[in-house]
Amino acid sequence: MAKERNPDAAVVSQSAQPGDARSIKKSGVLWGEFAIKSWLASCSFISVVTTIAIVVLLLKETLNFFEHVSPGEFFLGTTWTPLFEPSSFGVLPLVWGTLIVTIGAALLAIPTGLASAIYLSEYAPDRVRRTIKPVLELLAGIPTVVYGYFALTFVTPALRNIFPDIQVFNALSASIVVGIMVLPMVATMSDNALRAVPVSLRQGAYALGATSYEVTTRVVVPAGLSGVMASFLLAISRAIGETMAVTLAAGQTPNMSLSLFESIQTMTSYIVQVSLGDTPSGGVAYQTLFAVATLLFAITLVINIISQMILNRFREVYD
Amino acid sequence: MPLTTEQENRNLLKRHRKARFFALFCATITWSSVVLLAVLLYQVSIEGFRWLDWQFISSFPSRFPERAGIKSALVGTIWLISLVALISIPVGVSTALYLEEFAGNGKISKIIEVNIANLAGVPSIVYGILGLAIFVRFFALERSLISGALTMSLLILPVIIIASREAIKTVPQGIRNAAYSLGATKWQTTWAHVLPASFPGIMTGVILALSRAIGETAPLIMIGAMTFVAFLPEGPMDSFTAMPIQIYNWVSRPQEEFHQLAAAGIIVLLAVLLIMNATAIFIRNRTERRMK
Amino acid sequence: MSQFPDSTLAEQNLQMSKKSVLELRNVNIFYSDNQAVNDVSFNIRRNKITAIIGPSGCGKSTLLRSLNRMNDFVDGARVEGELIFADENLYGSGVDAVEVRRRIGMVFQKPNPFPKSIYNNISWGPLINGYKDSTDELVERSLKQAALWEEVKDRLHESALNLSGGQQQRLCIARALAMEPEVLLMDEPCSALDPISTARIEDLLFELKSSYTIVIVTHNMQQAARISDYTAFMEMGDLIEFNVTKKIFTRPAMKRTEEYVTGRFG
Repeated sequence: MAKERNPDAAVVSQSAQPGDARSIKKSGVLWGEFAIKSWLASCSFISVVTTIAIVVLLLKETLNFFEHVSPGEFFLGTTWTPLFEPSSFGVLPLVWGTLIVTIGAALLAIPTGLASAIYLSEYAPDRVRRTIKPVLELLAGIPTVVYGYFALTFVTPALRNIFPDIQVFNALSASIVVGIMVLPMVATMSDNALRAVPVSLRQGAYALGATSYEVTTRVVVPAGLSGVMASFLLAISRAIGETMAVTLAAGQTPNMSLSLFESIQTMTSYIVQVSLGDTPSGGVAYQTLFAVATLLFAITLVINIISQMILNRFREVYD
Repeated sequence: MPLTTEQENRNLLKRHRKARFFALFCATITWSSVVLLAVLLYQVSIEGFRWLDWQFISSFPSRFPERAGIKSALVGTIWLISLVALISIPVGVSTALYLEEFAGNGKISKIIEVNIANLAGVPSIVYGILGLAIFVRFFALERSLISGALTMSLLILPVIIIASREAIKTVPQGIRNAAYSLGATKWQTTWAHVLPASFPGIMTGVILALSRAIGETAPLIMIGAMTFVAFLPEGPMDSFTAMPIQIYNWVSRPQEEFHQLAAAGIIVLLAVLLIMNATAIFIRNRTERRMK
Repeated sequence: MSQFPDSTLAEQNLQMSKKSVLELRNVNIFYSDNQAVNDVSFNIRRNKITAIIGPSGCGKSTLLRSLNRMNDFVDGARVEGELIFADENLYGSGVDAVEVRRRIGMVFQKPNPFPKSIYNNISWGPLINGYKDSTDELVERSLKQAALWEEVKDRLHESALNLSGGQQQRLCIARALAMEPEVLLMDEPCSALDPISTARIEDLLFELKSSYTIVIVTHNMQQAARISDYTAFMEMGDLIEFNVTKKIFTRPAMKRTEEYVTGRFG
């Protein structure tokens, strides 16, 4: 550092620093900083590359598929037998299967998840909250294959006691189990959303003589609605993409029956079936894998985007 | 027409009763999920406990349930997670650092951010397909540990990035300002102050992401992890199996004994996950106390 | 032709060397489309304390931050005009902001010690800038300059977060001094502290004046009157008046200044 100080003052430092009256101009490029910044930026672009890779891959193979099978047959056909003769490529049974499981799971998870969130944020004392929150985290962390096991060895036999006609592989079991799986997601996200609602809003309502039920349903939940709805959508998206639990619980029989007691096949369990089997690569049967995967990807992407939009745009501004 | 006092009182009573019922309803539902977890764990334990012994852990799978064990799957899982950690932690943390400390708020960061948020919601099986096409086929890495590790890394990368960003955001801006004012570059500041301060939060996120990877089955099936592996992998290019796959294989068999074996496997898997999550919670609590 | 016939050549050179360490000429600062500082010009004199006072929102902190390029970190901040330091415009092309901050240090309003040891707090800055001599001496020196040595000499390796607010701020001052800056900028350094700590730091600044050039932003007028040599009074981004402190507080030239220092507003 430059030493242009009053020499009469006590000299504060004897350390000689190189370059008195050094210029403040840049001296050459800082290679170290540049290299590090480049590395960090490259890592960030991996995520972009991943997305591009997914889209390109899926689209390419799907377009190949549509050279052999017309989109009309694919999207509107109601028979799905791509792996044996006579082959038929109507994807609706798979979509139907996914829909049944998802709706069933949502019917289970959304009300109970929301009720749990309300309990946790509005009623539960702190001690209870601290016990239940980890339980929810644990439930969320249980691998999906364990839920599949649970469906086969516990849920289906239990259902058998109530409905003796139910098959070993059935859609109801799968719905229940997937519902349990996404329940913690709804509960945790909704709980966060409800807790973010300022206490002053609640106090205002209470001061007007409202009961806790009225405050919760007419003030708090509407205020936190964006977060709550986003949690619903994300749970649905997760249920749609769920693979192992439905494969184990619901079997692999694509059909369009309304019965919950029979085996069905979802888009995801079909994909697994093809990979586990000996389908030769390159054939049309193999390409069905990509076609179904593209459909799956598109559906979950749309739901996720809508969910994010809801989170961002309708977030109530409190201050 | 205003209500009479008696009407008002009755109305109030009704409303209060409704509120109490509602509270009870929500409480019951919440506690049911606790009950549910207990039932699930109990079910798994009584089914599998019989089979849980040293022989189970040290044997390879077999057609005969009495001789079957989880050794290859356990070793495969350990190999897999180690590789996944080695790949995903540097890339994920680097991305988070870039987005938080180095990139501006411009278009490019927004694009990357939206990207990551979308990738976080893509079903795991789609990652499996990606891994199959790119790592197994295109890069010709075959159905090896490294293919599986790369695929899994891509899967949990968004989770690590998002968790790391949250941790980095909690570092007070004052610390960065102090470092800059002393004539430090961005990287010097990041390395010496931001990273150490956000390290516990990052670690928690990483551990949770890795425990997610341990339990994933679908992507591994896609890239061709085998279901009957009677050997131990010795290098990243070897083929392998993993615990969730072995469990899936046993569950899919009709015999009752294999279901029980699956339960035993699940106990081992859950034990591993429990340890990892407990570590994460421990780290989180330790550092929260230290920051006070 | 020397005014001081008895002094050495070096001393002559020193006397004739520029008395101003930092010159502000027509400085305008914008945050996106809002103008925070309008056409400010004055000089920072060597080895003097210059105070910048004014009501909140007048742009004094913004102006201070521009003196060591800390505004670079604010999105949309833009500086026009010239800030001349070491014969260069601080915002000229090719100027290394990191180098600027090595030579112009800053102490912030809220004490912000690193969550590390006291020792580490002080030694880190010089070390990353290539300091090769004994860090023990450096730490002791800096802490003595900040009047903190006696209180912490036995616990140098304890966490800095264990110190009280006033001690932490003195640590931050010591940390800044360890870099031996040519100018020390202080942004309301006492506003988060109690009166006793404030008094100690004011005494400290008085002592430091002889070796450092200090620019201090403060909303405490009495503080400015007590310790500074020059005062700049700002309001709504404009520099209303800049003069020797005594004049500003006893016979200000502008009516607005008089109203402010007599407490009629702000």
